[in-house]
Amino acid sequence: MENFKIADKEFKSRLFTGTGKFKNSQLMKEALEASESELATVALKRVDAGDAHDQILTHLNHDRISLLPNTSGVRTAKEAVFAAQLAREALETNWIKLEIHPDPKYLMPDPIETLKATEELAKLGFIVLPYIHADPVLCKRLEDAGTSAVMPLGSPIGSNKGLKTIDFLEIIIEQANVPVVVDAGIGAPSDAAKAMELGADACLVNTAIAVSDNPVQMAIAFKMAIEAGRMAYEAKLASPVNNAIASSPLLTAFLDEL
Amino acid sequence: MSFKEVFDKYSWDTVKESIYGKTSTDVERALSNPERTLEDFKALISPAAAPYLEQMARLSHEMTLKRFGNTMQLYAPLYLSNECQNICTYCGFSLDNKLKRKTLNDIEIAKEVKAIKAMGFQHVLLVTGEANQTVGVDYIEHAIQQIRPHFANLSMEVQPLDQDEYERLIPQGLHAVLVYQETYHKEDYKKHHPKGKKSNFDYRLETPDRLGKAGVHKMGLGALIGLEDWRVDSFFVALHLSYLERQYWQTKYSISFPRLRPFSGGLEPKVEMVDRELVQLICAYRIFNQEIELSLSTREMETFRNHAIRLGITSMSAGSKTNPGGYAVEPQSLEQFEISDERSPETIKQMLEQNGYEPVWKDWDITLEHS
Repeated sequence: MENFKIADKEFKSRLFTGTGKFKNSQLMKEALEASESELATVALKRVDAGDAHDQILTHLNHDRISLLPNTSGVRTAKEAVFAAQLAREALETNWIKLEIHPDPKYLMPDPIETLKATEELAKLGFIVLPYIHADPVLCKRLEDAGTSAVMPLGSPIGSNKGLKTIDFLEIIIEQANVPVVVDAGIGAPSDAAKAMELGADACLVNTAIAVSDNPVQMAIAFKMAIEAGRMAYEAKLASPVNNAIASSPLLTAFLDEL
Repeated sequence: MSFKEVFDKYSWDTVKESIYGKTSTDVERALSNPERTLEDFKALISPAAAPYLEQMARLSHEMTLKRFGNTMQLYAPLYLSNECQNICTYCGFSLDNKLKRKTLNDIEIAKEVKAIKAMGFQHVLLVTGEANQTVGVDYIEHAIQQIRPHFANLSMEVQPLDQDEYERLIPQGLHAVLVYQETYHKEDYKKHHPKGKKSNFDYRLETPDRLGKAGVHKMGLGALIGLEDWRVDSFFVALHLSYLERQYWQTKYSISFPRLRPFSGGLEPKVEMVDRELVQLICAYRIFNQEIELSLSTREMETFRNHAIRLGITSMSAGSKTNPGGYAVEPQSLEQFEISDERSPETIKQMLEQNGYEPVWKDWDITLEHS
């Protein structure tokens, strides 16, 4: 399996994880360790970086796992830029998962504010990973704005509905010049495997692991699914074969008479 | 980032070996895949695909119909000048060819415009040689300003320019630019272009990048078939296309496949491509890329063109003159290359209609360019 890169960082694992919704921090730690994930997103609003005993941060203190602070809670580009700067200072990373969802019910990402914030944050030297709709044009606009990756959703966040946006994800993957990380909605390892088979560079999975009866086992299941999907993609999947119709030439018969 | 970085990772010989190593299994897989990769394209242009020609033709026909419908765009070339400082072994306008050099002036351009419009054309393609002193950007800009108001759409096929020059011309209503690499075989390219600005392979190779950065609406790619192994050259065209689509996603692309035609004192094709192989190539491009515009000029014979309309072609020239002033000013002057299909636009129109195709004369509007 090939490694892959976002900005200058190389990843072995193509499974990105979240840190919310676990029963407790200990379980989170065990699940993330089992997942072999190298990047875990953490909501800036959930941590207290000034507190040396912060539950999430102390449990994430792991050589392998880098933190990806997210801006969850902000509603505008301006708030997002401010939050990103706070996160940079508090967590000592210029990586930021940009989440701007002014809609509190479905947490739908705002494309206009996200584009604006990406532009500004990229100029400020951030490695920006924006959470967005599976919108191919928006992805290209974000590339132009200097994004380091795109994170299109598979279905509404936390819905476990799988890859409802598959047709658009395919277009995004086909066109992308930056890594594509499928984020949100991945409910089952088979969803993640499918995303990887399509050629996604990575998946971010949180809810499906965190709320399962056995998060550690589920984390391993996702790890395996993502590896399987990626390996299949690299080995090139066979596609269903249409049987050839044997018949007399119709469109090319003229060539015999030339 | 430019295409050169991608291009430099490939070697001509390795690509060639890989194309000739494709088997019927590879061809069958390429035909049944829902989306085709560059490896699939190699299989489709390989000798192994020859027995699958009818199947490829049907698939290409279906895909073209789905995306373009029963239509055929029509355009006419307008040769502005045959002055040229380049030596190109295969071209009638080459510097070392003895012929009367001619560059149209305003009055002559007006006559040619009138004649082309009288035939019904709304899309025109401006063509020149490369003579930067007399037919430089100033001349071209002036010509565009004069010609643009008379047509719905204007393209050009002239020497490669710098990005800022394209940025100057595009707002004047330059819609599309065609720049063919001729051959992607770097060493042979040097042999065929021994003198003149055109001998700079890399500058030409990076022209589509400059066009993309300048924000052109459409660009045309292609290799001149006959200079080198057409299969390998066509692979590089497909590679170039794939790169450009990714890089300049707002631009539309078209491909042409000019076969070397005889002209007075000219070069015999080194590698001949038979009709059957041209059909294979047209179908392969279509199966590889459903959206690409495929254009066929009057270099090809009547019968071939009559059938090609169903094989994936979406745009054709008709009644073309390849000499400056050829429509009205100096119809007898020497052509760049011989025309094989000499039928009038009206006859082509009838041929298309009889075959159930709508001739499309106008598919753009000058107002769409006012920003």
